[in-house]
Amino acid sequence: MSNGDRDGLIVEGIRRLGSVVIFLARLLAQCAPALGRPWLLVHQVYNAGARSLIIIMLSGLFVGMVLGLQGYDLLHRFGSVEALGSAAALGLLKELAPVMTALLFAGRAGTALTSEIGLMRATDQLTAMEIMAVDPMRYVAAPRFLGGVIAMPLLTAIFSVVGLYGAQLIGVQLMGVDRGVFWSQMQDSVELRNVTEGVVKSLVFGTACSLIAVHEGYNAAPTAEGVALATTRTVVASSVLTLLLDYVLTATFL
Amino acid sequence: MVVDVRGVHYALGGRPIFSDLDVQVRRGRITAIMGPSGTGKTTLLKLITAQVPPDQGELRVFGQELATLGRREVYALRRRMGMLFQNGALLTDMDVFENVAFPVREHTDLPETLIRKLVLTKLQAVGLRGAAALMPAELSGGMARRVALARAIVMDPEVLMYDEPFVGLDPISLGVILRLIKHMNEALGITSIVVSHDVQELATIADDSYLISGGRVAASGTPAQLRASDSPAVRQFMTGCAEGPVPFHYPAPDYATQLLAAED
Repeated sequence: MSNGDRDGLIVEGIRRLGSVVIFLARLLAQCAPALGRPWLLVHQVYNAGARSLIIIMLSGLFVGMVLGLQGYDLLHRFGSVEALGSAAALGLLKELAPVMTALLFAGRAGTALTSEIGLMRATDQLTAMEIMAVDPMRYVAAPRFLGGVIAMPLLTAIFSVVGLYGAQLIGVQLMGVDRGVFWSQMQDSVELRNVTEGVVKSLVFGTACSLIAVHEGYNAAPTAEGVALATTRTVVASSVLTLLLDYVLTATFL
Repeated sequence: MVVDVRGVHYALGGRPIFSDLDVQVRRGRITAIMGPSGTGKTTLLKLITAQVPPDQGELRVFGQELATLGRREVYALRRRMGMLFQNGALLTDMDVFENVAFPVREHTDLPETLIRKLVLTKLQAVGLRGAAALMPAELSGGMARRVALARAIVMDPEVLMYDEPFVGLDPISLGVILRLIKHMNEALGITSIVVSHDVQELATIADDSYLISGGRVAASGTPAQLRASDSPAVRQFMTGCAEGPVPFHYPAPDYATQLLAAED
């Protein structure tokens, strides 16, 4: 890569970042008016949240089961299987639930948001709204963004609960860890700040993933290829940003 | 004067679309904007509705210079306009009734019964009262455009813009749309701007017409005046010849040279 290419990439990166920040400012300005139309918001929470429930619960169950199995195997070597409850709970609440939910959300709800808004752009629906003096930022973008931000912590909570059930299923039912020890160890070691960490993470991830999805759709090139590219960018950018933010947040909470 | 375009220059991606364009739309009249495909007729509507700013020149709508207006004022101005899109641009997640009701719900607090009456009246005018419960995906292109027309007039705009309203309509729908444009203009005094290349259809309803070619107004006047014009460009367009001062071909290298070069 030549110097010119690299400079071009850097400039393009900064330009993109700037456009996202400006978009976020406009979006936040429209969030209050969007709250005045609860039915639009409820519809979007349903779209992003309720419709992702099955994939979130299934993934949560399997992740929990793997955690139970791997955790048991590891702890068994050190003769401390009674710590399985704490390990599973802390792992899920602090890391796995927020991150996995965000990644699944980007693939399930984020792509849907991007392609929906991108197609609205491609078929002149957003322009038609502008001409009708209805701001699409307020009517289309803001409710979808808020819907995602609200749905993410709820989905994360459900992921954690189902995940814990999965870990218990393997650890207690299959591997024979004592049920009382499993739950009481968990109760002893999980503190409120561990839960807070998960909630904060899920809120930040929800904001980031929804922002990227809505921004990419809103600024998609109005062609079939443009919408496809925007959808891909949503998944890639959301996933990478989620993992990056996860490190930053984990470092902050430690 | 509803729309006053003076000396407007506009370029898109380095390609000049308009250079020194002058168009005046007078209140209560039907103004036809004609011209070959790709002359920027739709772009002119984008300029008038303040979707894109001109590079240079004055653009006044309802006497207000668009360049001086903020976002809020532009939206206030747009509430006095209606626009019919070429493809209808209906909102695909709601049915026909809700599409027409959309601007009313967004801009007013009218009771549901009144909205119902208003929407059904407009749908009746375009002959689609019976299609109120259909989704946009279930409509043909012509029907979608008629629904879009009902939506464009539901807020009783002062000026209505039509982007290629006759393309792909069957003769019956075409006749109905033509009569509707004329009727709304006469009965309601709506100023109309019709962008089209269907010379024959436009000539029957237009009061004023502009022929745009090469980024500027090639001719203007009543349709009869345009037809009687002896300017070669106007005659070429009105009679539909490929040869003439208006280029039919997009700029390209020499035909024979390019074909021969392909053999090597």
